[in-house]
Amino acid sequence: MSSTDQADPPPLYAAREPVFPKRVKGSFRSLKWVLMAVMLGIYYITPWIRWDRGPALPDQAVLVDLANRRFFFFMVEIWPHEFYFVAGLLIMAGLGLFLFTSAAGRVWCGYACPQTVWTDLFILVERWVEGDRNARIRLLRQKWDAEKARKRITKWVLWLLISVATGGAWVFYFTDAPELLKNLFVGAAHPVAYTTIAVMTATTFAFGGFAREQICIYACPWPRIQAAMMDEDTLVIAYREWRGEPRGKLHKGVTPEGQGDCIDCNACFAVCPMGIDIRNGQQLECITCGLCIDACNEMMDKIGKPRGLISYMALKDEAMERAGGHPKNVWKHIFRPRTLLYFTLWAGIGVALVVALFMRSPIDFNLTPNRDPLYVIQGDGSVRNIYTMRLRNKAGDETTFRITVTGEHGEPRTDLHLLLEGAEGNEISAPADETLTQRVYIEAPADSRPALADRTELRVWVEEVGAPARAAVDTVFNGTGKRD
Amino acid sequence: MSKKPTKHHQPDTTGHSWDGIEEYNNPLPRWWLWSFYACIIWGIGYSIAMPAWPLLNGATPGLLGSSTRANVQAEIDRYAAANKPIEEKLVATDLTAIANDPELASFTQNAGAAVYRTWCAQCHGAGAGGNAGLGYPNLLDSDWLWGGSIEDIYLTVAHGIRNTEDGDARYSQMPAFGRDELLDATQIAQVVQHVRKISGQEYDAALEAEGAVVFADNCASCHMEDGTGDRAQGAPNLTDAIWLYGGDVDTLTYTVANARFGVMPSWSFAPEGGEQRLSEAEIRAVAAYVHGLGGGE
Repeated sequence: MSSTDQADPPPLYAAREPVFPKRVKGSFRSLKWVLMAVMLGIYYITPWIRWDRGPALPDQAVLVDLANRRFFFFMVEIWPHEFYFVAGLLIMAGLGLFLFTSAAGRVWCGYACPQTVWTDLFILVERWVEGDRNARIRLLRQKWDAEKARKRITKWVLWLLISVATGGAWVFYFTDAPELLKNLFVGAAHPVAYTTIAVMTATTFAFGGFAREQICIYACPWPRIQAAMMDEDTLVIAYREWRGEPRGKLHKGVTPEGQGDCIDCNACFAVCPMGIDIRNGQQLECITCGLCIDACNEMMDKIGKPRGLISYMALKDEAMERAGGHPKNVWKHIFRPRTLLYFTLWAGIGVALVVALFMRSPIDFNLTPNRDPLYVIQGDGSVRNIYTMRLRNKAGDETTFRITVTGEHGEPRTDLHLLLEGAEGNEISAPADETLTQRVYIEAPADSRPALADRTELRVWVEEVGAPARAAVDTVFNGTGKRD
Repeated sequence: MSKKPTKHHQPDTTGHSWDGIEEYNNPLPRWWLWSFYACIIWGIGYSIAMPAWPLLNGATPGLLGSSTRANVQAEIDRYAAANKPIEEKLVATDLTAIANDPELASFTQNAGAAVYRTWCAQCHGAGAGGNAGLGYPNLLDSDWLWGGSIEDIYLTVAHGIRNTEDGDARYSQMPAFGRDELLDATQIAQVVQHVRKISGQEYDAALEAEGAVVFADNCASCHMEDGTGDRAQGAPNLTDAIWLYGGDVDTLTYTVANARFGVMPSWSFAPEGGEQRLSEAEIRAVAAYVHGLGGGE
């Protein structure tokens, strides 16, 4: 035992210290209320927006149709083979987080993360039922009695209602919302819907009500990655300790000689949803929600000191401020090569996606040569190749397509004839919003060049009858190989 | 960066020390420990409720009577029950009307393909290209020995060809002209040259002139005078570009001398007291599938 004379190491496990964020007023709090309302509004209302796409397609504006593997977003419809759009959006979301984090720190965490928004909502309910910080601390210490039981149960029931509404709204994104709502109440919805609601309800209840800041500190990988996105120009929330220290209480309303501006009122600590003291410097736990700024500014106003003892600032400015200088303009911190690079990448992918979206071929088909057998000799000696064509009709109505064959450069060929299984001529109708599987035959007359050659390159065209849309794929025709 | 510890205390150690490095005797996290105990209890309960412990003749059945074999059977039954209405509709529909009914057309394409892959692909090939030379016909081309309409294909599948198990099987027999000494070698060589001529291949004109006479006397009754064959007897068309066994001189000589006797099983055959090899719906589905492969008439 050699460590007895050393300082006690901190324990490896510490029980959670309950956090009781105090009510606060100020510009950041107001901003957070607005953002919360907007984001919850988007979440709850989106599935109910209707969008007319014709009789064969769903009329829900935003719909992830897992059963039919289709994604609808207003005027855009993404098929499974176009999943790269989703990948592109995810990359944009990632680069967007890089951009915002390098410019303004953990703004996502502080204002937009669902964990933050729902925790904020749950704390609002908690404060409404159980009172503000001191009342809640009292209630925690109070022995279980009728009052505590009433308050706790009221709070939990309200939380549960919010949780059910949260989980309930989620499933509406995956199937027709009005229909599902009706089915949910009469018990006719799919078990997956109920299970999803149950899981989402349980996680919302546990994460928003009890786990709260522990999710950010222990469960979420993003805070760990964010450190790599931030540098000294990044705007973070910081305490100007060179102005505030040494801290101390006011004496008869005035600051004693030699004492800093911080009056050690602990207001910044009391409002913090993460339960940290910002005066200890930059901390992993800080989600930069800005509430300590509001709390401190309120106190500074009361004692007649300038605001900004705690504020957003870039760490680069610290040295300058300590020397009595003025910080750089905030935009000079934000516009720097790093953020401009992130923005360029982000915008570049965004533009590429939009361009790709509008350049999507109106006709989508592929043609696979059947390789068993490579060719079929007909009774008259002509050689037939068989192809399987998959033709997507993306339209909301039945559409007729004309299918033709040309040479490899689009030149007409009289020695290749195209036939369709089960159809007279070379036109075929595809039902609305379906993928048609069609056997296609191409024949070369006996002793013609393609019939005797080993391979002949050719191009198959699909055009929409009565519309300018057309598309082509290149493929090959296998002959008997008797003459190359 | 870590949270300020609220209480400092001296942690227990196990007393082990290696090069001054000591091992803390911290308890397992409670959530972990309780999860572990819960898993043990779950495991005991599971092995009682479900088949678990291996015995000499199988495993303990478990109180819930679960069986993956029964689950599979139940799933098969479920699919069979789900397919029943459309299978009944298929059996009740006229064969020629199947292609015009989108529902039946779609069903026969898929169900027929499954039947084909299971029972037909061994001889006719996975792509239905047949096996030229071995006498398994190509089902994709325009040539049909017994007819290529859907009714003809249906009859062929249902009863087969030249088998002994089904009284309704299609039947015909070509004489073995050489083996049974109906024609001598010269006559066979002559008739082979005639067949080469009518099928548009190179031939020996001197032999062919005699061969035409031999053909008219011996072959035309089944293969017709012009050699276009007779589907009622399964006599192949000798004038087209398609050969079941081969159109070269050696193969034709062998065919004339020894005859051919291709056999196909009856798929509606039912052993005594048993079920048909393929149900009526399956036979209809595969007939429709084959009819839609490109050669159907």
